Amino acid sequence: MTGSLVIARQVVREASRRRLLLALVLLTLVVIALTVWGFSRISDLRTAGQPLSDAQQKTIASQLLILVMFMFSWVLALAAVFIAAPAISGEIESGVALALLARPISRSEYVIGKWLGLLAVVLTYGVGAAVVELLAVSLVTGYAPPRPAEFLAFAVGEAVVILTFALALSTRLAGMVGGVIAAVLFGIAWMGGIVGGIGAAFSNPTITHVGTATKLILPTDGLWRGAVWSLEPSLIIAAGTQVGPAVAANPFFAPESPPAPYIVWAIVWIVGVVALAVWSFRAREI
Amino acid sequence: MTAAPAIQLEGITKRYGKVVALDDLSLSVPGGVFGFLGPNGAGKTTAVKILLGLTRATMGQGSIAGAGFGTKEALRRIGYLPELFRYQSWLTAREVLALHCELAGLERARWRPEIERTLSLVGLADRGASRVGTFSKGMQQRLGLGVALLGDPEIVLLDEPTSALDPVGRYDVREIIRALRERGTVVFLNSHLLTEVEQVCDSVAIVDRGKVVAQGRLADLLRTSTVRLRATGLTREGRAAIARFGELDDGLDGAILVRGIDAERVPDLVSAAVAAGARVYAVEPQHESLEERFLRLLGQ
Repeated sequence: MTGSLVIARQVVREASRRRLLLALVLLTLVVIALTVWGFSRISDLRTAGQPLSDAQQKTIASQLLILVMFMFSWVLALAAVFIAAPAISGEIESGVALALLARPISRSEYVIGKWLGLLAVVLTYGVGAAVVELLAVSLVTGYAPPRPAEFLAFAVGEAVVILTFALALSTRLAGMVGGVIAAVLFGIAWMGGIVGGIGAAFSNPTITHVGTATKLILPTDGLWRGAVWSLEPSLIIAAGTQVGPAVAANPFFAPESPPAPYIVWAIVWIVGVVALAVWSFRAREI
Repeated sequence: MTAAPAIQLEGITKRYGKVVALDDLSLSVPGGVFGFLGPNGAGKTTAVKILLGLTRATMGQGSIAGAGFGTKEALRRIGYLPELFRYQSWLTAREVLALHCELAGLERARWRPEIERTLSLVGLADRGASRVGTFSKGMQQRLGLGVALLGDPEIVLLDEPTSALDPVGRYDVREIIRALRERGTVVFLNSHLLTEVEQVCDSVAIVDRGKVVAQGRLADLLRTSTVRLRATGLTREGRAAIARFGELDDGLDGAILVRGIDAERVPDLVSAAVAAGARVYAVEPQHESLEERFLRLLGQ
């Protein structure tokens, strides 16, 4: 286990030394500044010459926040893919792994160490950036989403799922290949969620099952729905539910939190894929 | 010495699909400096990777430092310089060494003196604070050698340790290997640079296409030698008499080269020449270089 911690520390050190975190932080600050400016203009909006009511402003702010956070969740997930996909294969290709794995450290310690290090990087960046954005928006508009802690858990959970998947691919595939596969599947899972919603909207069980299957195979979109739900004021949920089943097709609306068994499944999925990565790397010839 | 050999390989075969990298390879390294020689692609690196458990043998077994290949018990006692060495470019040389101190399980109190000792041993004392990314290939190889020597391992595996070094660097590495031998460290040296091996190794194995073609103490392997005979009055019969001792060749200066003669038989050669009526002026044994022996073996 100490071996894992040594490797994990190296991952974090690499991220900071190679200015990955710096680049992410600077870009995120730019994005936050731009969105905050956008939010600050909501109060200037007029309808028929009259300023919007407080409730209208809050509704716009909540919808805008969901869109901003949607972009943020994609950036977070794709950043996780970019750093996880070459995490192991890159060290094997460069030869760095030869010297490391000739030390008294097991393959499982190495894989788990990589995972822990990546987790720390994604967690630090994801939570840090989201908290700053939420605080900035609430400062400018006075609007705060109803369940910020749940939002953080779902958004970071989504990134951890795709990170774990990309890391497992990295035990066998070159970074470029694993990265493309993980990114494409991430997109497919999102589409799968929409397809499933359309199935639900039109009461088509086959199409609904396709959506459910993708949610189970790669639980990124399922967790994203939880993130959306955490950001919705009860007013929006009530309004959305009145639209009827068709609203299920909207990827930016979730009438309820993912059920507890699904959250348990997502955790089991992550643990299982880490175990799969360990198993795959054990048999890998360096 | 009755102790078990430091490194033992028994019938190791390694196949990558249809390609046979090692073919029923058996080796025993009792100690000292062992040269594992062979042309490029002979299977030298594969053998070292098997010793470290980085790659698994398709068949066969063996041990290193009294433990199984790739076990933590064995790896704790081994230092390794890979052929394709690369170290984290974003770390300084000192940080790379500290990382390996930690992975090797050295007590924290030993790190600092060990790192400084190693840096000066490999000639990087003044570059300890520089990032590895700024190092030349030769300096990276020096650092790699330092990583391998960290913490005084019982066995050091060096895979082509001088490939990126200039003549001064090569000399330094030879001196380091000699110092290791003095301290009783077992050195397993993979190389295709014969002069390097000839100068530092006690015993060698020559491998070609995954098979050992010769193995033994260097002095024994090179015992058959060439003798340069300067004589006059050698008749046709006389030549035939000495031809029984080895293959004859005429030297440029009129001397006769008798190739492949056992050193023990040189006095008999002289007697035979004299008995045949020749007047012998000089008999100069010329040891076959490892290179000649190597080429002869590979040519077989």
